Amino acid sequence: MAKPASNIARSGNAFMNWIDERLPVSAFWEATMTGYYAPKNFNFWYYMGSLALLVLVIQILTGIFLTMHYKPSAAEAFASVEYIMRDVEWGWLIRYLHSTGASFFFILVYLHMFRSFLYGSHRTPRELVWIFGMLIYLALMAEAFMGYVLPWGQMSYWGAQVIINLFGAIPAIGEPLTEWIRGDYFISDATLNRFFALHVVALPLAILGLVLLHLVALRENGSNNPDGIEIKANKDENGIPKDGIPFHPYYTVKDIFGVAMFLLVFVFVIFFWPEAGGLFLEHDNFVPADPLVTPTHIKPVWYFTPYYAILKAVPDKLIGVILMFAAVGILFFLPWLDRSPVKSIRYKGLWYKIMLFLFAIAFVRLGMLGMSEGTPAQTIEMRVWTFVYFGFFVLLYFLSPRAKTKPVPDRVTH
Amino acid sequence: MPTDGVNKKRRRFLVATTSAVGAVGAGFAAVPFIKSWNPSAKAQAVGAPVQVSLNDLEPGQILKVQWRGQTIGILRRSPQTLDLLPEVDGELRDPQSQESEQPQFAQNEARALRDEYLVVNMHCTHLGCVPQLVPEVGPQPFDENWKGGFFCPCHKSKFDMAGRVYKGVPAPANLRIPPYSYLDDSTLLIGVNPEGVA
Repeated sequence: MAKPASNIARSGNAFMNWIDERLPVSAFWEATMTGYYAPKNFNFWYYMGSLALLVLVIQILTGIFLTMHYKPSAAEAFASVEYIMRDVEWGWLIRYLHSTGASFFFILVYLHMFRSFLYGSHRTPRELVWIFGMLIYLALMAEAFMGYVLPWGQMSYWGAQVIINLFGAIPAIGEPLTEWIRGDYFISDATLNRFFALHVVALPLAILGLVLLHLVALRENGSNNPDGIEIKANKDENGIPKDGIPFHPYYTVKDIFGVAMFLLVFVFVIFFWPEAGGLFLEHDNFVPADPLVTPTHIKPVWYFTPYYAILKAVPDKLIGVILMFAAVGILFFLPWLDRSPVKSIRYKGLWYKIMLFLFAIAFVRLGMLGMSEGTPAQTIEMRVWTFVYFGFFVLLYFLSPRAKTKPVPDRVTH
Repeated sequence: MPTDGVNKKRRRFLVATTSAVGAVGAGFAAVPFIKSWNPSAKAQAVGAPVQVSLNDLEPGQILKVQWRGQTIGILRRSPQTLDLLPEVDGELRDPQSQESEQPQFAQNEARALRDEYLVVNMHCTHLGCVPQLVPEVGPQPFDENWKGGFFCPCHKSKFDMAGRVYKGVPAPANLRIPPYSYLDDSTLLIGVNPEGVA
């Protein structure tokens, strides 16, 4: 009752007042939502981030419930997954939400990253947003790989065999390193058990921490937009960007619409096509792991196949492994490889449109070839697209500061 | 942090030394956690030699056994197969097995103690898949002039009937030959070299 009347009026609620004096909930809400102005020209590509966050929540939630039935031991893992699928009430749904969710996570993340290529969202002053995003991507790849090992099917086993042995290509320390990762002389119970620990505790914690850093760094400078211009350069008399609108309610409502559309597609796939014909869950993984028999056609899940194709294209173990890791590593340097005076593809000119188109084709084609049998003709095609993949970054570095650009508007366009 | 009347040099020194000591402590504290990932005493103990009877193995047949978690193949080769071995020498990366892993007694054309039996670690030297035995001589989808050998389904590496790697494939070396010896004419012991032989 001793509170000044104006204070109560501001929050409109004595209870919130009591809270705000102890925990800055309203201030946080205003700083990150109602008082945070985002560019008003967001388009389709700007759904992916919030949807990826949604899938992360789905993965954590379904993952928690899967651990209640799953047994992380070589003797019981395969049977416990089948037990979840057949005997646990609604277990099939929780499991498919999780396994199909993993593939959707990567679809969203790849589209989210492609948005950066389109509009230069990684450019100054958002380099750290990109770096944290890349670290999330790395952690996500490790998370997905280890998750795929847990059902202990044939692909789990032999996929783990191949991926862990990649580290064996490192001179001198390679062999002991693979032994240390496996915890045995071959992929065994010890390997499965530690992958389980990393998959359900260590990596989710790391991903959550990185997502937080990603978002804090994003809020610091605000989102980029399809025109690649800074809306903070044009403010009205109240210091509010003229081209900005409050994140809440405008973009929260927009994102809820995106969530609804996404969930429609997502549950449709889960109900009618959860394995995506062997793309999301490979057929060989419905056979229990057998250390004595390698499946005739071994390949990783689709989201790794572009890099896998690069590995397969090189007829040398060490160079192949180096190039494969370099294909991911080079992405970290994207903010500094693009030296164009403009950010968005809209003002970069035809050269960038052609290059980015070829790069996207290279990534998709490598992904398709990575799943293939690998005939000599396919090997040659893999080499061509590998060349295009890396060529994009080299050309970008040399062309971007020289190429002619179109005039950039002061205000965002519609 | 008040800075007036402060000996900055001493403060910097103290900050640096405490940090260094703390870092060393953290490094030592990390050792148990890192070491806990090594193969356990139990895993190390399960490495005993494996005894195999060769009585029922016909020429052209392969027998697979496990030794230290690795798949070991025992292939009985016919004289015709052995005669074909030198023919592919020109297409191999390391025909004399100079850069490959094997006991000294197996560093020969047949890569074996007794030419008839190839005892080989079946895991591809590329990324550890188990190649398939494709003994038929003749055109194959992966090679038009196939002389028989091993073909890895993972990354298309090819090896001849002595486990020697072809040129132009991802595998860097010949298949490994494990230590082994014969207890008598028809019994093989995998994991132990013959006495007096390295």
